[in-house]
Amino acid sequence: MRAPLLVEHAATKLDGPLLFLKRTVEAALGDAVEVRGRDGHARLGRIVALDDQALTIEVLESSAGLDLPSTVVRFRGEPLSFALGPGILGRVFNGVGQVIDGGPPIAASEHRAIDGLPMNPVARALPRDFIETGVSAIDVMNSLVRGQKLPIFSGGGLPHDRLAIDVARHARLRGAGGDFAIVFCGIGLPYDSAEAFRSALEASGALERTALFLNLASDSSTQRLLTPRYALTAAEYLAFVEGKHVLAILTDMTNYCEALREVSSSKGEMPSRKGFPGYLYSDLATLYERAGCLRGHPGTLTQLSILTMPADDIAHPIPDLTGYITEGQIVLSRELDRRGVRPPVAVLPSLSRLAKDGTGGKYTHPDHPALASQLYAAYARAVQTRVLASVVGEDGLAEADRRYLAFGRRFEQDFVHQDGPRTLEESMDAGWRLLAELPRNELTRLSDAQIAAHLA
Amino acid sequence: MSARAEICWVSGPVLRARCEGAFALREAISVGPLGLLGEVVRIEGEEIMAQVYEDTTGLKPGVEVRGSGLPLSIELGPALLGGMYDGLLRPLGGPDTAFVRAGASFGRGHVVAAFEPAVKPGDALSAGMIVGTARVGDGPLQKVLCPPDMAGECLWVAAAGLLADDALLVRLRGADGIEHGFAMRQRWPVRTPRPVARRLPAEAPLVTGQRILDTLFPVALGGRAAIPGGFGTGKTVLLEALARGCEADVIVYLGCGERGNEIAGVLEEFPELEDPRSGRPLMQRTVIIANTSNMPVAAREASIYSAVTVAEWFRDQGLNVALMADSTSRWAEALREVSGRFGELPGEGGYPAYLASRLADFYERAALVETLSGARGSVTLIGAISPPSGDFSEPVTSHTKRYVRAFWTLDVKRAQARFYPAVHPLMSYSEDAARFRAFWAGQGADDWWALRQRFLALLEEQARLERMARIIGKDALPPRQQLTLLQAEIFNEAFLRQSAFSAVDRIATPARQAAMLRLLARWMDLAEAALAEGATLAALAAVPSLRALARMGEEIGNQELQGFEALRERVEAEHTGLADKHQGGDDAGTAAG
Repeated sequence: MRAPLLVEHAATKLDGPLLFLKRTVEAALGDAVEVRGRDGHARLGRIVALDDQALTIEVLESSAGLDLPSTVVRFRGEPLSFALGPGILGRVFNGVGQVIDGGPPIAASEHRAIDGLPMNPVARALPRDFIETGVSAIDVMNSLVRGQKLPIFSGGGLPHDRLAIDVARHARLRGAGGDFAIVFCGIGLPYDSAEAFRSALEASGALERTALFLNLASDSSTQRLLTPRYALTAAEYLAFVEGKHVLAILTDMTNYCEALREVSSSKGEMPSRKGFPGYLYSDLATLYERAGCLRGHPGTLTQLSILTMPADDIAHPIPDLTGYITEGQIVLSRELDRRGVRPPVAVLPSLSRLAKDGTGGKYTHPDHPALASQLYAAYARAVQTRVLASVVGEDGLAEADRRYLAFGRRFEQDFVHQDGPRTLEESMDAGWRLLAELPRNELTRLSDAQIAAHLA
Repeated sequence: MSARAEICWVSGPVLRARCEGAFALREAISVGPLGLLGEVVRIEGEEIMAQVYEDTTGLKPGVEVRGSGLPLSIELGPALLGGMYDGLLRPLGGPDTAFVRAGASFGRGHVVAAFEPAVKPGDALSAGMIVGTARVGDGPLQKVLCPPDMAGECLWVAAAGLLADDALLVRLRGADGIEHGFAMRQRWPVRTPRPVARRLPAEAPLVTGQRILDTLFPVALGGRAAIPGGFGTGKTVLLEALARGCEADVIVYLGCGERGNEIAGVLEEFPELEDPRSGRPLMQRTVIIANTSNMPVAAREASIYSAVTVAEWFRDQGLNVALMADSTSRWAEALREVSGRFGELPGEGGYPAYLASRLADFYERAALVETLSGARGSVTLIGAISPPSGDFSEPVTSHTKRYVRAFWTLDVKRAQARFYPAVHPLMSYSEDAARFRAFWAGQGADDWWALRQRFLALLEEQARLERMARIIGKDALPPRQQLTLLQAEIFNEAFLRQSAFSAVDRIATPARQAAMLRLLARWMDLAEAALAEGATLAALAAVPSLRALARMGEEIGNQELQGFEALRERVEAEHTGLADKHQGGDDAGTAAG
């Protein structure tokens, strides 16, 4: 049976973004199609299920206006791919990789399947290069390294956008420069947030090093599932073909997960926690794991994804599963935000799993890990004391405990809060200054030599 | 003899196919022109249902499926150590493998090993008997066994010398008169436990080098332990610390649905580190099986069986093997995902109803055994659990709890204060601890049990007093109780905290653990006596050597046990006459010398 390219009069059912066809062609799972309705408008789609009688197409743009008799489907005979070439930086794309900035199309040097391929764990190089972000709560406490995937767990109304922009603007490798690029991927973003990102990048002169992918809140939700895949395919191309150091910013992953739930339920799949499909973990992993360094490749791919925790609940499946995949998380706190701490990073639940590989002697400062550990221990005790004080009152506390309370307040106001970017040295000095106020005998995470060197 | 079938339906990692000829349940199949590996999981009349262990993009109805006539099996051999494999024990690596493509053939090729026969023609060979030794390169010496399903009279055996691991090694005539042969590299079906002569009761612990585990919650050699913990509580770091430091002959490290960068970290670190027992690179006692979270989900389901089969292979050579599985929750989720695609009725938490029995099958393969050749070997299973939302009542955690004998709960609060390992002493347990008194007595610590009980009681008391202090304030507690809180704080900091990255403290030998326990107990006695004689709590808390006590793990290594004696003398000196001083140490801010 030779596959005809065009299929007419085969549609049997339309349900939301899904189009069901009688199977009259040899098509494979994942193949790309174009769906043309009465209006003549071609919509991108892909095959998501098939058996010997029927096939199911997920339409990636609005399916409004399609009908059964006049719908024509064109089969491409290959999975969705993205035509990439030099010159994608400085350009703006929609959620399915089409240029929308009015400029000429991209001169493609290669086609890459948007689902990518899993990196061979043996071929990965361990991420080690410390990135200075200018944010103390990240640089000292939860250091970011090249090739890491570190999400920001935020909540509606918190300044996560600003934090991401600050990081994108200031991120630099200590010492060497390297060729740096940004891939910005807006998933279900309101128009004004997208515009704010664009103008902030423009103002800092970073726009010509940036490729923007925008799926706006008004675009179809099926498309949301593809936007990060197009963006990460471009990022992989920039990193592993052009050899650039790429920072991919994905926002907002919560919108992605919501879209996944919506499409899954319209496919009639068995729902799992909170209605999300059971494969949410595996699906998120296919995005997050597309970060890293490869042996023998100069470029790296670092991911900074933003997600807003529904109802600020870190146990919600979206942040929960994300935290199990990513190499740590930066958590923003509403309480700190209300108290005017900028950026409002909640240090205790935040974590960078790769900090141990990129800090210390060879990478930052030999005493950096001990400083971070001691600040953590002291601040955790301060927070614990705060709970105690809320019941018995500050007066009911012992002298030592009151010192910790004061330490906790200053840690938030003088260390986490910052008015402008700080170098790592400035951040570390701020940390040592705070520790100097605590009894030396209790600084058990520091060696005697470290105390003598920094707290004398 | 191999059956054929034609795909009629594909969805993610599973397919249905109409067959000509008979397929067997759990038979390995090869799908499509790329020969993707799969396994039959259900048969319904003319149709089979199968799971495919590779990416199924591009498969379509009409594609051919071929049966292999054999259950899903893996290839075991002397070349396994130091290697890195996918969920079906195919080597990951080789040239141009930056990305993993479906159907890419990672042929293992031949590996040459130096063989030394231990049998000669005419000998009677029994199943599982040692027929010689093999060594690959400068790796450790391994035993070569007669496969457990073969026995008979030896007809021919290869001469000593270098030999390909898949070349004929021994020919024998079975009891039925039929001739068989085998090589150093042998196949074994992953879902079938390898046979043993008999199982033995646990008697010694697996020494892990982690103080909180060895002293408070030991796991038996041939035992089973689970590490549940929410994200960021340090499961992986703890498992890696165990893989580095535990006293096993062979480590099988299974990265099941976890991060690629972690595997990269292990690969970078292990060749550099030294095995504390043999002095060889740590990598030479390690087999890594990796199915990262973005690799095909069905292979994740199989990887846990591959790993335990590898562990049994080394156990049969008379070795102690420890298997670290990170994480069993990802395995259970793979089970759930595949089950959901087949439209099976979901049970608790969406998991299939057979979750509990599958977990039991897995954990039951841990044992201390007498092998078929009469040697003693063991497989110890340590599985991490990643409960959703850190909720320990979910099905995987609660079922696992029924099959393991050591349970190491990781605590979010401890992890947030960067107190590692974040094992919570009041939420963890070991059912076997009482059996190991003889072991500790053999290490020169016949007081271990008493000390253990004393410190467990201290931690229990601390939790009670802290609850009380939260209501009435710490200052309102009587001095004796405030001293208990101080003692517990120092014990936590000095003994339970142990950095996995510190060169000195990474591994604590039983002798060092016992020395630290005794020193802490001595200090507790001194402090209690001084308090009884009238010393103030402020004076007791300001004793300069407390800082040295809290940091002793970091400062005094395994080879410097006399350092604990010196510290004890210092602690004793600083407590003498403490009660007589009018006011002891008004400035706590002076650094200890």
